[in-house]
Amino acid sequence: MSFLEIKALTKRFFDMTAVDDFSLSVERGEFVSLLGPSGCGKTTTLQMIAGFEDPSSGSIILNGRNLSKVPARKRGLGIVFQTYALFPHMTVEQNVAFGLEMRGISGDDRRQKIANALDLVKLSHLAKRFPKAMSGGQRQRVALARALVIEPELLLLDEPLSNLDAKLREEMQLELRRIQQDAGVTTLLVTHDQSEAMALSDRIAVMQNGRLMQIGTPFDTYESPKSSFISNFLGKSNCLDARLISTGDDGAKLDVNGIQITGPAVNLLPGKVLISLRPERIDIVDSAEGVLPARVLERIFLGDQWLFRLETTIGNLLVVRRNRGRREAEPGETVHIAWLPEHLRILPQSQENVA
Amino acid sequence: MNRLASAKPWLLSGPALLLFLVFLLIPLVMTFLLSFNSFSFYGGIEESYGLGNYIEILSDSYFYEIFLRTFLIALGTTILCVLLGVPEAYILLRMRPFARSLMLLVVLGPLLISVVVRTLGWSILLGNKGVINEFLIRLDLISSPVKMLYTSGGIVVALVHVMIPFMIIAVWAALQRRDASAEQAAESLGASPVKVFTRIVLPQAMPGILSGSLIVFSLSASAFATPAILGGRRIKVISTTVYDEFLNTLNWPLGAAIAVLLLVSVLVIMLSWNRLVEKRYSGVFE
Repeated sequence: MSFLEIKALTKRFFDMTAVDDFSLSVERGEFVSLLGPSGCGKTTTLQMIAGFEDPSSGSIILNGRNLSKVPARKRGLGIVFQTYALFPHMTVEQNVAFGLEMRGISGDDRRQKIANALDLVKLSHLAKRFPKAMSGGQRQRVALARALVIEPELLLLDEPLSNLDAKLREEMQLELRRIQQDAGVTTLLVTHDQSEAMALSDRIAVMQNGRLMQIGTPFDTYESPKSSFISNFLGKSNCLDARLISTGDDGAKLDVNGIQITGPAVNLLPGKVLISLRPERIDIVDSAEGVLPARVLERIFLGDQWLFRLETTIGNLLVVRRNRGRREAEPGETVHIAWLPEHLRILPQSQENVA
Repeated sequence: MNRLASAKPWLLSGPALLLFLVFLLIPLVMTFLLSFNSFSFYGGIEESYGLGNYIEILSDSYFYEIFLRTFLIALGTTILCVLLGVPEAYILLRMRPFARSLMLLVVLGPLLISVVVRTLGWSILLGNKGVINEFLIRLDLISSPVKMLYTSGGIVVALVHVMIPFMIIAVWAALQRRDASAEQAAESLGASPVKVFTRIVLPQAMPGILSGSLIVFSLSASAFATPAILGGRRIKVISTTVYDEFLNTLNWPLGAAIAVLLLVSVLVIMLSWNRLVEKRYSGVFE
């Protein structure tokens, strides 16, 4: 049995099903992200684990303890809210002390734990400040210290970085990962930001319309998305309609808009399929090595890379190329593109067919 | 051009300033001046200036009693408004939007009814042969009517009824700025509902409670109609005393002096209260 075991969790509001038959196992010390667009049910799932919403059915078992009938205040979970939810009338120290106070921990023991928690988030020097006088990143860390000081069995993070600006968010991602590993606490993160989920977690659980669509390591999920929704949600992707002609040990034969291409073998019946190709897997090459000719429609300079939009006979494609300080093709130019057949992902036409 | 530009703010605020001058400042200054005049029963108001009226008030225990009663009534009203209004505001904020707008209308109701009508309603309820006493006697809970009309307690009850919207609105405004997930955070940290209220909600409502108290106290201390109707001839407060001096004894200068003392004492209480609040809460809330 896993450390956290969520079984067939379902939440219905009137006639709307927010979370549908959601099951997930999390090991001790693991960092798992619930990733999905807004309204996919990830926050409702978190609220049910935290105890702020009652599930319509299903169970949540943490370390062998069934949480269904346990009120939020007795679950002993650490929660970091999107708005940080700091107590504005208390100093940093008092904020962190609150959970210990509620547990009746006092004196030297309390002082020691507060000092350790503030040390962990590197805020010892601001202990006497009020939240009002702190920056977003600092408030974020106070919220983390407050959640971790009670030594929770499970840490829940609800979009913790979404209120920070881009640069600070990157810094905090590294910081959050370090703190989580130092504290060794099992963590569940809810986010709509795929880069955040990929950077932080051991495993990603992608949700759509209240259901768990795919779970796996960030690399596997990115490399082998089970549906076009996931391949588009995790990073950028070129998705094209295609027809699967045959598939066997030597790979799959496909017809895309009248052009024959090959891909890796798949466990699908011939017929209509989707193919997905990552922009960074398409290369712009010399005409001799090219698979297809393409015309540059647009190009965008992103500093470390170039983003091209190309017109080809199989459809419009996005291509990303690392900036190597060389001249790149300009709009209107004709170039040749190539990719390795194994980088092609062949997906069933409709998402309902996902096993 | 430049002169016109610099005169513009004055010109634009002119009408308001004129209104302020004619309807507030002039009457106040004249009342103030009047309070130094002297009065004789045969000669009326005399054009002489002195501190006679103030000396008369400050050396007469009759007036001390009235001042004390007035401020005790105002204090009692304020305390009851805090005790009832704060939970009420919190409950209102947590209601569903439809129920909330309905209940807000109920809360604001007393302000929409004429003060005389509302107070007469209270006298029907509180009288010796009033609804409450009749009801208690029928139930055999009491044998003779409890005196409620023409008591300070009756005045306080009726004042709370009309003052509580001010408290609720002030607390509401303070609590609306709060981040409601802080209450969930406290809960997740192990706080019981009572602890969440006393440790998280109440401190955040405090600026509202303090400003609401200020409004309720000053309005109650200078309320006229409610104590006039429910207090009768015997339970006098400052404002009804001023009224009597002006219209019954016709001793305008003495009435003016009492009015000035009321104004000054309420001002002093308000300003020191305000300083206390600012000292305590500056730098805490955004």
